[in-house]
Amino acid sequence: MTTVTKYKTAPLKCWQKGKELRLEAYRDLATGHEQGKLMVLGCAATPYGMLAGLGDFVFLAGEPYGASVAADPPVSIPAMELYEAKGYARDMCGYMRNFLGTMFQDKYYFTGGPFPKFDFAWSVRHCPAGHPKWHQIVSEYQGIPMNYIDDETMLGTDGDQQARIDYVAGQYLDSIEWMEKITKRKYDDEKGIEAMRNYFINEGLWGEINLLNGAIPAPLDIKSMFALMPISMLRRHEKVAIEFLTELRDELKERIADKIAAVPNERYRMCMLTPPPWSFLKVFRYLENYGVVFAGTYVYLINSGEVKFLYDEGKVVPATPPEKRPGWKTMKNREDLCRTVARWRAEHPFQSHLETRKKEYVIMFKHWKANAYLLLINRGCVPMTTSMYDFQRDLNRQGIPTSMFEGNFADCRDIDETGVLDRLETFLEGQGIQKIQSL
Amino acid sequence: MITAGIDMGAKTIKVVIVKDNKIVARSMNPTGFEPVQTAEKTLEEAIKQAGISRGDIKKILTTGAGRKSIPFADNSVTEVTADAKGINYLLPSVRTIVDIGAEEARGISSDASGRVLDFSKNDKCAAGAGAFVESMSRALELTVPLMIEISHKSTKDAPINATCAVFAESEVVSLIHTKIDKADIAHAVHDAIASRVCSMVRRIPIEKDVALIGGVANNTAIVEAMKKHLGVEIKVPEKPEYVSALGAALLAAA
Repeated sequence: MTTVTKYKTAPLKCWQKGKELRLEAYRDLATGHEQGKLMVLGCAATPYGMLAGLGDFVFLAGEPYGASVAADPPVSIPAMELYEAKGYARDMCGYMRNFLGTMFQDKYYFTGGPFPKFDFAWSVRHCPAGHPKWHQIVSEYQGIPMNYIDDETMLGTDGDQQARIDYVAGQYLDSIEWMEKITKRKYDDEKGIEAMRNYFINEGLWGEINLLNGAIPAPLDIKSMFALMPISMLRRHEKVAIEFLTELRDELKERIADKIAAVPNERYRMCMLTPPPWSFLKVFRYLENYGVVFAGTYVYLINSGEVKFLYDEGKVVPATPPEKRPGWKTMKNREDLCRTVARWRAEHPFQSHLETRKKEYVIMFKHWKANAYLLLINRGCVPMTTSMYDFQRDLNRQGIPTSMFEGNFADCRDIDETGVLDRLETFLEGQGIQKIQSL
Repeated sequence: MITAGIDMGAKTIKVVIVKDNKIVARSMNPTGFEPVQTAEKTLEEAIKQAGISRGDIKKILTTGAGRKSIPFADNSVTEVTADAKGINYLLPSVRTIVDIGAEEARGISSDASGRVLDFSKNDKCAAGAGAFVESMSRALELTVPLMIEISHKSTKDAPINATCAVFAESEVVSLIHTKIDKADIAHAVHDAIASRVCSMVRRIPIEKDVALIGGVANNTAIVEAMKKHLGVEIKVPEKPEYVSALGAALLAAA
């Protein structure tokens, strides 16, 4: 019989505070205008702290909203059916389909009240699969202006990086003028700089929190990680997020010191590259019956979080805020702000070339002390699926076991839960891991 | 020690009883709408064949799509693990296993001890599974054995391009209407299935020897087509449809 080490476990002390902060963010999204705040729509990777120069604002990042709807099939299915009835394709971004469906229903998921009316859409064009199209549809439907920052060019590894930074910084400068024009507000550079400083600190904290899960036993389970992520995803321009993420980080350090586990029977560690299937998060709880803990997922390490990869040493460490890095300037004015953000984006792992990502995946695998990667061929997200077979081959070549499944991360109708569980059970059996109750 | 393996397949339920590492009985019945009762009945038939009593069986392990539905089983094991164990017993030189059942196909890479190294599955796609052969035989108004027989007499290639069973059936109907010889259509159907399965199997390392198991392994036309597509000899064990149940029985004894 297999011996299963039992660790101590305890709920997170800051859990309730995290839930309240998350709820507050969602509530603000419903009442932003009543509070006199600007309502802005964009992608989660947008450096939305810059918006603070216009005054108080609420930023709705479409992806976490779409994920929340997708995780609730009774809400998600009718929303997507309405989206499809309007003639939009089923093979578009899964988040977008849930978002637009509830917009067409005029139902805001978190309150059941009317869908938020935005003042404008402002975003980086980080997702080539259709996010610009997504916001264009909202823009036309709500009659709001939109502006996009083209920074996809950052994904290149050759050419003139300085020219790229100049190109993107110029767009940020132009977009601030554009925002002043459409909102008729004067942009306060100091406020924009301060909010972006918070944003950078929060990205670093979230990255560090992810890295702490390299401890054995892992102090945080992935489902709780997903639940707390909206604070970093939606509020990373705020001081309150810094306070909370610092508290969470310190608590995780205490848990590590006291060997307090998220999964008490941890004996097999996995990690992912992509978001999970949101309607099927119970898969993580189910796998805990096998003693499987998910230490993290690469995508949320670098989307709303930042770390620094030391490629030559094969290591990863917490990121320091840009202004504290050697050779970076202190932001003093709007030009500094735009250039810092452009350079920061250019050097952020979020923009890593696919070949560089392969190295990062291996570094994270080792850092998280994982036994295997779980890979998703995501029918609901083209960029997240691009090169997945190539990644799998590369990981396997380096002796890293992988289990792959196919399904849509945001459409519960397009994932075979029984099939996925069967596949995972088969994989774990091959790894010598059986359900603990059946031992 | 006497153990039993039950393969709760989508179309048929198979039972193998093993006594001191030797196969002593095999039985099979259509799964039907009452799989638990069918499993019970199939097990009783195997017990009778083995000349033992139910109490002599020390452990029962199930496998297959319905493996978790059997209340009288001691435990269950996935088809992939069972296949690797079963083929390792029958053909120890095999390192790559292709299992084509009624509703699912899978490729398995295993080591010399029968341990699974890697696997790939086609999940819900019928175009690479046994049910598709039956569906196409109905479209051709032939029995499956006759469809296999005439397939070997094909002299021309007929194209079936669809990657989906539903569309492939439409193509077969079109070929019938264009007066393409049934032998060539039958050959095309087998070739299309083999092509799909092989492309799925190529996701894992293909090392010799290669074995084909599952009910479809009895289809010599598919075996031929698989040889062509994989470019290697294909070994087919005796009674290939029982390999999963055998593997489960052997694992029960382990």
